[in-house]
Amino acid sequence: MRKLEAMSTYALPTALAEIVDDFQALSEPERLQLLLEFSLGLPELPERLRDHPELLEQVVECQSPLFLTIETEKNDGGSPAFRLFFKAPREAPTTRGFAGVLHEGLDGLTAEEILAVPDDMPELLGLTRAITPLRMRGMTAMLGRIKRKVAASARLSS
Amino acid sequence: MSYPVEQNEKFAAYANPERLVSTEWLAAAIDGGALDNGKLVVVESDEDVLLYETGHIPGAVKVDWHTDLNDEVTRDYVDGQAFALLAAAKGISRDTTVVIYGDKSNWWAAYALWVFTLFGHDDVRLLDGGRDKWIAEGRELSTAVPSPAPGNYPVVERDDAPIRAFKEDVLAHLGKPLIDVRSPEEYTGQRTHMPAYPEEGALRGGHIPTAASIPWARAAAEDGTYRSRPELEALYLDEAGLTEGDDVVAYCRIGERSSHTWFALKYLLGFDTVRNYDGSWTEWGNAVRVPIVKGAERGAVPAGVR
Repeated sequence: MRKLEAMSTYALPTALAEIVDDFQALSEPERLQLLLEFSLGLPELPERLRDHPELLEQVVECQSPLFLTIETEKNDGGSPAFRLFFKAPREAPTTRGFAGVLHEGLDGLTAEEILAVPDDMPELLGLTRAITPLRMRGMTAMLGRIKRKVAASARLSS
Repeated sequence: MSYPVEQNEKFAAYANPERLVSTEWLAAAIDGGALDNGKLVVVESDEDVLLYETGHIPGAVKVDWHTDLNDEVTRDYVDGQAFALLAAAKGISRDTTVVIYGDKSNWWAAYALWVFTLFGHDDVRLLDGGRDKWIAEGRELSTAVPSPAPGNYPVVERDDAPIRAFKEDVLAHLGKPLIDVRSPEEYTGQRTHMPAYPEEGALRGGHIPTAASIPWARAAAEDGTYRSRPELEALYLDEAGLTEGDDVVAYCRIGERSSHTWFALKYLLGFDTVRNYDGSWTEWGNAVRVPIVKGAERGAVPAGVR
């Protein structure tokens, strides 16, 4: 397994860095429990998206159906903030849990902040032993999809 | 068999009805206090590592296929010592009746059952329909994790040969029946992983020459239970062309989906010699100079391979 010290966390936004620290401070069973709490805490879609599944994109790399989309919000004076929306079934707590981590860690940030998150950030959660490589790749793909969508949107508006 | 076997019409038609229990049977057994003395242990084994924690059959313990049953270093299953520790920690003794259930039509539960069988655990059964059926019927769930009294489990050496095939065994088997349980896209070589799952690093796509394509889920009904014996016969005898007494090898990507088919062939249709090739496509599709057939046709064993 990769040494955690070898990866710097300097590029992590504050909220995400705090989540990573929380995971790191725990034993492996407790990390899974925390991931479960994130899965329970993932907010429901707002009504305007709930009735419009076509507005969300599926991340096919995830082992369970996971749909997401982003929206921008004007910020007073500064760069626009990106809002993140996820949909994943209750029967897929691992997938939901990671969506919950990304939501709490990235929702409301600017393109610059989101794009600075290292692609292998999921490995910082210390779950690579407990969770299969296939699932870890699903998590990485979820982050990758968000970054691609944010980058495309930021290009359009600049 | 240490716990009474369920009697019902559907199961009675199978070769080994004692290998299945229904949700009604299990609910009644739990109500009757069957879990109190270690004679019966219910095990949940899922694809999703967190699913058990969201709620499980009251009194059920969790066995994770990835962290509990696989060796962490070598691509292999745990050894007798690790299995004995695992079983004892879950309250399982050598003579315990173990009922396993899980998500996705018991896909991973069948895999766990197959690993228990590698260790010769005598009485291990599947809950027909698994987790989804239990929930669909509105039966009780609990998030309380039981702390069972430790079981008494001996260190048993794993006996792979009767039910597990290695790559060399499959090469030697060519010419005898093989069942490929992956999706049609994986079978033809269009892709090397399940639809909607990530590419998983097999360098070649296709199937083992002569293998019949019977995707594993065709053995399951809409409610996740196994199909009836006549339906299974239509699938494996009529369609795949198996005949009584055949020596069969089943495979998939890493051996989990094919455990579900292995169970159907071995215990429901009663084939004596059925082996699961757990190396499956992640080994075969990366191995040097093994024969592969692309496309929908089964193909022939190339001359000189055997």
